[in-house]
Amino acid sequence: MFAYIVRRILATIPVMVVVALFVFSLLHLSPGDPAAIIAGDTATVDDIARIRQKLGLDQPLYIQFGTWVWALLHGDLGISIFTNLPVSKLIAQRIEPTITLTISTLIVSILAAIPMGVLAAWKAGSWIDRVVMVFAVLGFSVPVFVLAYLLIYVFAISTDLLPVQGYVTISGGVGPFLSHIVMPSLALGMIFAALIARMTRASMLDVLAQDYIRTAQAKGLANGKVLIGHALKNAAVPIATIIGIGVASLISGVVVTETVFAIPGLGRLTVDAILRRDYPIIQGIILVFSAAYVLINLLVDLSYTFLDPRIRY
Amino acid sequence: MTVAQTELAVLALPRARKRGALAQIRRHPTIAIGAGLLGLIALMAIFAPYLGTVDPQALSPIRRLRWPSAQYWFGTDMLGRDIYSRTIYGARISLTVGLSVALLASAIGLVIGLVTGFSRWTDAIVMRVMDGLMSIPPILIAIALMALTRASLENVIIAITIADTPRVTRLVRGVVLGLRELPFVEAAHASGTGFFRILWRHILPNTVPALLVQATFVAASAMIVEAILSFLGAGTPPNVPSWGNIMAEGRSLFQVAYYIVLFPGAFLSVTVLAINLLGDGLRDALDPRLARRM
Repeated sequence: MFAYIVRRILATIPVMVVVALFVFSLLHLSPGDPAAIIAGDTATVDDIARIRQKLGLDQPLYIQFGTWVWALLHGDLGISIFTNLPVSKLIAQRIEPTITLTISTLIVSILAAIPMGVLAAWKAGSWIDRVVMVFAVLGFSVPVFVLAYLLIYVFAISTDLLPVQGYVTISGGVGPFLSHIVMPSLALGMIFAALIARMTRASMLDVLAQDYIRTAQAKGLANGKVLIGHALKNAAVPIATIIGIGVASLISGVVVTETVFAIPGLGRLTVDAILRRDYPIIQGIILVFSAAYVLINLLVDLSYTFLDPRIRY
Repeated sequence: MTVAQTELAVLALPRARKRGALAQIRRHPTIAIGAGLLGLIALMAIFAPYLGTVDPQALSPIRRLRWPSAQYWFGTDMLGRDIYSRTIYGARISLTVGLSVALLASAIGLVIGLVTGFSRWTDAIVMRVMDGLMSIPPILIAIALMALTRASLENVIIAITIADTPRVTRLVRGVVLGLRELPFVEAAHASGTGFFRILWRHILPNTVPALLVQATFVAASAMIVEAILSFLGAGTPPNVPSWGNIMAEGRSLFQVAYYIVLFPGAFLSVTVLAINLLGDGLRDALDPRLARRM
């Protein structure tokens, strides 16, 4: 068990190395002179030379990579071209709303999706099942920003129930915090919830066909106990897996959701960086998001041993 | 359900159940619904100039921000351009991106997947690289690539293809690894069939069902990513009437003129829905074991 945890943690190293290599090589993959591209169309020769020197692009490639990785290991993600501030500092300033939004979305979608999936599997073939499956297909199909605007239209423009956009930290009062976070969480959570509901249903259908479920029912156990205590517990591993994989869709969605709702998080930072071609910021954000994704999936993998004691590594 | 199980289920495709395309469509009506909807949208894109549209780029500052009416079915934007025409023409961009990315990512993923499925040492290296790339959310790969290149339709297609290829590669490799162990491949090998003949006659055809289903999902996600890129200002150039661009232009005006965002958004959703229905139906038809489950 301990050996498994160590092995699983070590396995993330090559993945992160590839991510780092990709992020590093991005500047060199592009056709043309990266310094000129970053400088933009109106740049003078001096501007380009300045950027080239600032990014160390005048050094040999292996020295560039070495310096970059060394700095990275010290938490130094480089300096923003536009603001001249350290990228790690810019990211630290903006990370709180993104984490809050991601966590609230996780909570909302898991709390909604798992009961839906369980119900759909239990009443397989019934109208409840159909409704859940229609929700799942629609959830996959309506892009996050379209859903976001629909929600704004329904709850903010035509009814005035919720604020159109903006963000309030939890220290600014629970009421305002919740009223600002509910629409972004719903919009962002739709795809994720559809994914989880579908996987929960599929996994539950498998488990419900097992003999021990029939035994549990035959000995007169209440339906709720059979469903939660016997079935869901045994269906948990695939659900945990899909939650881990689905986090990628959350990360993608965060960038868009923050733009629509004007939330000052990492997504907004990304969009501003794209418009200014502030490449160090984009690189830093990719690293942070990918590391988060790898870490979450590591935790999911480790959770298997708790969800299913039969799994021994 | 794990990926490996999906792949095994794909392999378990019984030949005997094949009863013609028509019978399959009757059993899985979502194929017909999805394909029908998609066909309608494709026709709309092809015949865009004959559908009562005007030049999607024609400016008309006097008629800016008109609400939907008999004259301007979907209203006009802040430059007086006709949203209806822009939305209809926008279907061309979305479908082009979806189709191109699906074809390119499938072709590249198929080649890399076949090679890695057969060569142990390339497998070790390539799959580590793919694992790494798959841990970067596709949209961020596309954003990073787009931020470095000139905004153009071709670059959008290339960026999204690069972002989507690792998943296709993994799928093909998994199918190939499963097939390699099956008796009929061993039998072909034992009877002296050449490597390329085995690849061509026995392995390749059996990757098609899984690849076809995957291609529909790649197409759907490519369309969404294109729209998101354009919406964020990192996609097709602003003069191209893509659905993402129209929505980006309507973003700041949403509270006064929400129709600018809602019409292209609705078309995008319906198109993605059509492709997803088609993909779900195809998966159910090609893969009876999964059909019961999902």
